[in-house]
Amino acid sequence: MEKSILKDPGLYVMVSIGLLIMIFLPIMMDMFAIMQITQYVVLSVYALSLAYIWGYGGILSFGQSCFFGLGAYTFAVASINMGSTSLPFILAIIIPALFGVLLGYFMFYGRLSDVYLGVVTLVVTLIFWKLINHTAGPQYAIGDARLGGFNGIPSIPILNMPTANGQMMDPIQMFVTFMAILIMVYVGLRLLIASEFGRVSISIRENEVRSSLLGYDVRRHKVVVFSIGCGIAGMSGAMWATYQTFIDPNAFSLEMSAKALVWVMAGGVGTLAGPIIAVVILQWISLKLGQLNIINNFVLLGLILVPLVLILPKGLLPTVKQWSQDLWTIWKKNKANEGDTIIKESETVNAGRRK
Amino acid sequence: MDYTIIIALEMLRAIAWLVLLSSGLAIIFGMMRVINIAHGEFLMLGGYTVIMASKIGINIWFAMLVLAPLVVGVFGILVERLVIRWLYGRLLDSLLATWGLSLLMIGGVTMLFGNTVEGVSTPLGGFSVGIYQVSAYNLVMIFAAISILLSVWAVLRYTSVGLIARSVMQNPDMAQALGVNSTFVYMATFGVGSALTGLAGGLIAPVTGVVPSMGINLIGPAFITVITGGASVVTGTLSASGFLGSVDQLITFGFGPVYGGAALLIAALIILRILPQGITGRFFTKKL
Repeated sequence: MEKSILKDPGLYVMVSIGLLIMIFLPIMMDMFAIMQITQYVVLSVYALSLAYIWGYGGILSFGQSCFFGLGAYTFAVASINMGSTSLPFILAIIIPALFGVLLGYFMFYGRLSDVYLGVVTLVVTLIFWKLINHTAGPQYAIGDARLGGFNGIPSIPILNMPTANGQMMDPIQMFVTFMAILIMVYVGLRLLIASEFGRVSISIRENEVRSSLLGYDVRRHKVVVFSIGCGIAGMSGAMWATYQTFIDPNAFSLEMSAKALVWVMAGGVGTLAGPIIAVVILQWISLKLGQLNIINNFVLLGLILVPLVLILPKGLLPTVKQWSQDLWTIWKKNKANEGDTIIKESETVNAGRRK
Repeated sequence: MDYTIIIALEMLRAIAWLVLLSSGLAIIFGMMRVINIAHGEFLMLGGYTVIMASKIGINIWFAMLVLAPLVVGVFGILVERLVIRWLYGRLLDSLLATWGLSLLMIGGVTMLFGNTVEGVSTPLGGFSVGIYQVSAYNLVMIFAAISILLSVWAVLRYTSVGLIARSVMQNPDMAQALGVNSTFVYMATFGVGSALTGLAGGLIAPVTGVVPSMGINLIGPAFITVITGGASVVTGTLSASGFLGSVDQLITFGFGPVYGGAALLIAALIILRILPQGITGRFFTKKL
């Protein structure tokens, strides 16, 4: 199913679209629009984290927001304490990834089935959400950073340039950096999926027993895949925190987890481009509907999710691909038919006689 | 002495709490293998039924014991017909669809009743043990938990209805071949599970108050209990509730409720690491 990565036109198309957006959007659009678009970029990275572990590792995590929030809080606390942002940004990848290893150890070495996995990740997220919500008093502080309970952490530093110390990025630079990160994550994941490691994870997704019989350590492999996803989610959390310069416990909320699932589900499980497209479309719709203020955001998410599962379980991108393939074969058939209609007709006549 | 009684009562209350939260789920998940993420919202619906009914002057006991199960049971059957029945055997999809349903219900109730906490005062007042004051309603909850477990056990064990339900869950095709209407039994079982959930939601409403997002706080303990319990409906629920409820209460007494909740989760994670099939996957395997 997975072609050699260099032969896949999809990769080149996506990367060039990404590069074009990264280079030309800042020239074409005003700063406010760019700042708006930056949030789609951050959320796309977040969506990719789930798209990878679910689509290519077969791990359905209901608690992706747990790692998103963990990354965001790590970045917030570390950057407030340190002043510089480069190291906190890296910490925001490492700490969620390590927590992913820990949680993954319990889940995968316990050989929990898919379903239990979903529930356990969900519950872990809920516990985090509760704990963080509970840290309102001044005694809950790490260094200079007060966790602030449900009020969240305000005035998180903006990302500075990694080279020149202390110089903050302006919104355009931030957009370009985030686009670059998105493209790197996308390409990195594609390379990872195409590598031997990625092939093993796909084989585990397809048939866990068979892969383990072939000698692969399924449990360890799943832990690694899971923690990579957690690291990426944590990074997107840090991007979110520095983009908003504010973070509150809603980063850990069910809504955040649900959104990731909806995007991946809508875009298509087993694709990376699909979820990005879904982020852009669905976030835009919910933004527009939110401005109208007639429909609750939860209702909207539910109204998208339920019919999606019932009608379009494969997701947008695979379905569109399937349709276009079908159309292509029909079109080719018609073309071929125009040439040899006569032969076919005579064949049917012959067949009729034989009967 | 008085203090010991209080601690024992509180532990029993915590166990009863978990039994109430998870018994409906144990039927829907343990027997039918349908993961109903919207379980918390079913509880919420039961709670809202009681609060709204008592607000328009209906007797609160009638609302709790009759109206709440009825409303949520009917709602459950509706959901089964519209959504769940397409998803039997597709566990992950049912997970996603019921999550969508849960979001839909939270949003819907918020739009209808607003995002505020509503409540009624707990009936029955209290009594005193030595110098401590205890709410009599705690005893009602303990009693309700015991009677729910007993009646589920009795129905499954001794009646032909229970036998048919168990046979359909074990092998729907065979049951169908022997003349049982499997589709109907699935629908009815889901309805009964929902009704139990509604009853539980109604019973806890005076204690917690109701708010559209209350299910989010309840679903964690409920699922953890059912998963830790394993496949058996009654024994699993009872053993897991007993264990997790005690852990929760002990830590709560020492450090406070938030840490109690966290300890509950960690205890469950460790249990699942040792016993991946839950408690009844290893012990009491032949029990209901």
